[in-house]
Amino acid sequence: MKNQIRQIFHSSKFLGGFCVMIFLLLLMIVYPLFVTDDPLEMIGQGNFFKPGTYISVTDTVDTDTYTLKLDNVGARLESKISVEDRADMADWLEKFGGVGISQIDVTDAEGLIRLWEQYYSKDAAQDGLLISKKKYYARLDKKIDGILEDTDLKIAAEDPETGDISIAETIPANAYVNTKDIATKRTFILGTDNFGRDVLTELASATKTSLMIGLVAGAVATLIGLILGLLAGYVGGFVDDTIMFVTNLFTVIPSFVLLILISYSVGESARGVTLVATIIGLTSWPWTTRSVRSQVISLRNRDHVNLSKLSGHSLFRIILTDILPYLASYVVMALIVQISSGILSEAQLSMIGLGPATTKVSTLGLMMSWAMTYSAHLNGAWWAFLPVIFSIALISFSLNLMNIGLDQVFNPQLRD
Amino acid sequence: MGKVMLEVENLKTKYITRFGEDVYAVDGVSLKIEEGKSLGIAGESGCGKSTLALSLMGYYFSPLHYQSGIIKIDGKNISGMKPDEVRKSILGNEIAYIPQAAMNALNPTQKIISFIEDVIQAHEPRTSKIDIYDLARKRFEILGLDESVLQKHAVELSGGMKQRVVIAISTILSPKVLIADEPSSALDVTSQKMVIKMLRDMMEKGFIKSMIFITHELPLLYNVTDDIMVMYAGQIVEKGTAEQIVFDPIHPYSKGLMGSIIVPEAGLRDAKLTAIPGTPPNLKKPPKGCRFADRCKYAQPACMLHGIAETETDDHRMFRCYLSREQLKEGYEHERK
Amino acid sequence: MNESKQAENKESLCLSGTNVTKIFGFGDNKTVAVDHVNFNFYKGEIISIVGESGSGKTTLSKMLLGLISVSEGDVYFQGQLRDIKSHKKKKEYWQGIQAIFQDPFSFYNVFRKIDSVLLDCINMRGGHSLSYAKKVEMMTEACSFVNLKFEELTNKYPFELSGGQMQRLMIARIFLLKPKILLADEPTSMIDACSRATILDMLLKLRDEINMTIIFITHDIGLAYFISDSVYIMEHGKFVEYGPADEVILHPKAEYTKRLISDVPKIHEEWDLSTV
Repeated sequence: MKNQIRQIFHSSKFLGGFCVMIFLLLLMIVYPLFVTDDPLEMIGQGNFFKPGTYISVTDTVDTDTYTLKLDNVGARLESKISVEDRADMADWLEKFGGVGISQIDVTDAEGLIRLWEQYYSKDAAQDGLLISKKKYYARLDKKIDGILEDTDLKIAAEDPETGDISIAETIPANAYVNTKDIATKRTFILGTDNFGRDVLTELASATKTSLMIGLVAGAVATLIGLILGLLAGYVGGFVDDTIMFVTNLFTVIPSFVLLILISYSVGESARGVTLVATIIGLTSWPWTTRSVRSQVISLRNRDHVNLSKLSGHSLFRIILTDILPYLASYVVMALIVQISSGILSEAQLSMIGLGPATTKVSTLGLMMSWAMTYSAHLNGAWWAFLPVIFSIALISFSLNLMNIGLDQVFNPQLRD
Repeated sequence: MGKVMLEVENLKTKYITRFGEDVYAVDGVSLKIEEGKSLGIAGESGCGKSTLALSLMGYYFSPLHYQSGIIKIDGKNISGMKPDEVRKSILGNEIAYIPQAAMNALNPTQKIISFIEDVIQAHEPRTSKIDIYDLARKRFEILGLDESVLQKHAVELSGGMKQRVVIAISTILSPKVLIADEPSSALDVTSQKMVIKMLRDMMEKGFIKSMIFITHELPLLYNVTDDIMVMYAGQIVEKGTAEQIVFDPIHPYSKGLMGSIIVPEAGLRDAKLTAIPGTPPNLKKPPKGCRFADRCKYAQPACMLHGIAETETDDHRMFRCYLSREQLKEGYEHERK
Repeated sequence: MNESKQAENKESLCLSGTNVTKIFGFGDNKTVAVDHVNFNFYKGEIISIVGESGSGKTTLSKMLLGLISVSEGDVYFQGQLRDIKSHKKKKEYWQGIQAIFQDPFSFYNVFRKIDSVLLDCINMRGGHSLSYAKKVEMMTEACSFVNLKFEELTNKYPFELSGGQMQRLMIARIFLLKPKILLADEPTSMIDACSRATILDMLLKLRDEINMTIIFITHDIGLAYFISDSVYIMEHGKFVEYGPADEVILHPKAEYTKRLISDVPKIHEEWDLSTV
């Protein structure tokens, strides 16, 4: 076993695919650490800015600096924290902060923030909350942090003659600067898409989602295929006939047609990422079932299985110790193929508008779909779809390369 | 004394493993076969029998490599020839080779006659198909195979039939030497007998001028060949006529082999089987002295020291042992008591 | 069958069968692999079942082992109708009958260590509660019986051994299991002549040690004659001749037996090639 793993990592093909995959995974992990923006935030106003475009939200060239005196903190708060934010805060405080509903007054921003600062903790048990929601609250907390402080800001400057640092100016805490008026400049390495969203940021998050879809679809398909294949192959007889009947039925109907029909009938509102992944998995297991079954049938009559029977082992134990280990390499390869075909299926589905219907996350298929709907190819906006295609190709390529490498290790006859 | 068909002098061939080690599977083999004679090679699995067969053809491909020695077919030296040259001019018309699973080598989509066309046209490109068919039909008739077989596909034939057909195809050019490596081991006894009968017929009719027969089944060897060589760890330990080797072996290893013969004859049940303990040495690091010493009952300390030379006896036999023939005989007598 | 044996009571019967049949497939695709065979195997004997490939001898052996079901007929184990319907009953039956197979390389699960193979045998004989030291002692004894050293085998995988060593380990397994019947399915056909002698020696020694019946399945009629007390000749799923080994081999009556014997190369007698 150890030896085989060593052999796998000596196979140049597997290693190549593995490196590409690791590179993609690292990119997906590292990129969001540097660019923390929401991938679906619409920054640029207008369609398809070219790669390398600078966008600043407001032109500040001719604007003089100015301060605006406001009479109370509350007024500042009103504009800073939206009504939705407040409702969400009240919701959290009631659910996890243990504050009674009567104590919370949503119209009183100042009181609400004081309550929030008193009870909110990022690490509090927030059962039943989505991770994305938890993150939202953390962001909100950061935004609110220090909003009620009245300390003056001091601006220090170096004295040109003495070199000492001294206070040049003091800005009172109640002075207000509209942050939206401060120029923000950003470069878009891969330009923006039709909604003015940064393609690179979007791509990083889409690759992650697509891989998740592939993994879930592959796991579902392999699990179903493995269990049915083992049962059909080892038990045989009526069980085999029944399972093979169903499998043949699924094989005869093109799985993509099935996929379209199921996706459509589920309805647009229910089609989340996980559901689509599960549907893809549920339609692609027959292939695994058939091949696992044929492997099991040839294993079933091997002498070592007979030996295990003669040693009085139970059916479950024989399957677990005498059949499964022999299949393991095969199943891993099947899983890899299923992952890669799962990603492709998602892309195909999204292209015809039956993919995950979501405005929260992007997938590679959805990006393609958007690019197509807004005629990126006619506008010459290659950056809206080419990086996506390249990304899909890279994933499939690395997975298939790994698969070939594994195949050569496990079937020595294929080695050159 | 007939014309010498195959003469081999001190042939050494080696396998080069993936790690670059040399394994001498044939280590200094000399032999000579005269026209009309057959030679049997006996030995355990892994002793180098099959490698010797491959080496004799002069057709080397990785990981098998030629090291030194001379192979002469009918006086013509073929050692050191390029593989391509060997394939074109030697294989088929000078030497034919039949491996154990030869019957599985027939492409199931081709008719038998087309294999024969391939073989003949590879050497005589201008022969017409009608001539070839004529030749094949006559040859098949003499060998007791039906003419209709020529028009059949391999899948339509039984295992024994396929093996006989393969032998007939590979000897269609009447080679000077036929090397048969376990040609009947995978067959039922009845098919085995047919194959043997055909080989013997071909010898008698002169379709093959001499034959090397390799098997680990001694009773078969005894019935098929004139002479027998016993091979151990890449070397020949004893050479003699079939009669001599089977009933009066000199070398302790041959003695052990003969003691393990089982044939359905009266008196078998009273005989005691002798087993040779241990396993053959690893040829990556062969022992310095006698290669059989660590399994030999009669081994002396001197056996381990240096390589053992071949000893010729008065009755044209050869054996490779530190002890003399008389000493060994005494030992066997003692053992029996 | 000779008279004296028939007169013996049921007690000495070890395994017997009436009209045992195995049919694969059904309808037009039906293949009768074993066709209504009757047999009586007596305690302490070595019985050979001889047949060419495709004669149904391996199918019969699997039926005797209870690995595949019997289509028709009854098998009697020690005089009583064999009952292997439940897993528990099968386990009981397999304490009485064990097997060694042809190919040592496919006999072992390559993912399990040698120790666990041998420990299985001890556990099957009800040795669950024994101390580990005692188990090791038993395994060492079994290995030394077949000239293997347990200390060298422990923590190794079967594929690290040579073919002959693996075959001997199979016999060590039988030594630990001490079954009433051993079914040996071509145990020597994959190894060459001199290792064959070693294996046969060990089988005979083992028989004397634990006093079991051996059913020897082989295609080699010479080997059957050498080792067995009685011989059953099988052709196309039927026994064409059976009886004591000397009688069957030296004075065969059935045409098939005669042919089998005449087709084997011999040493002292002339091997007649003209009869093909």
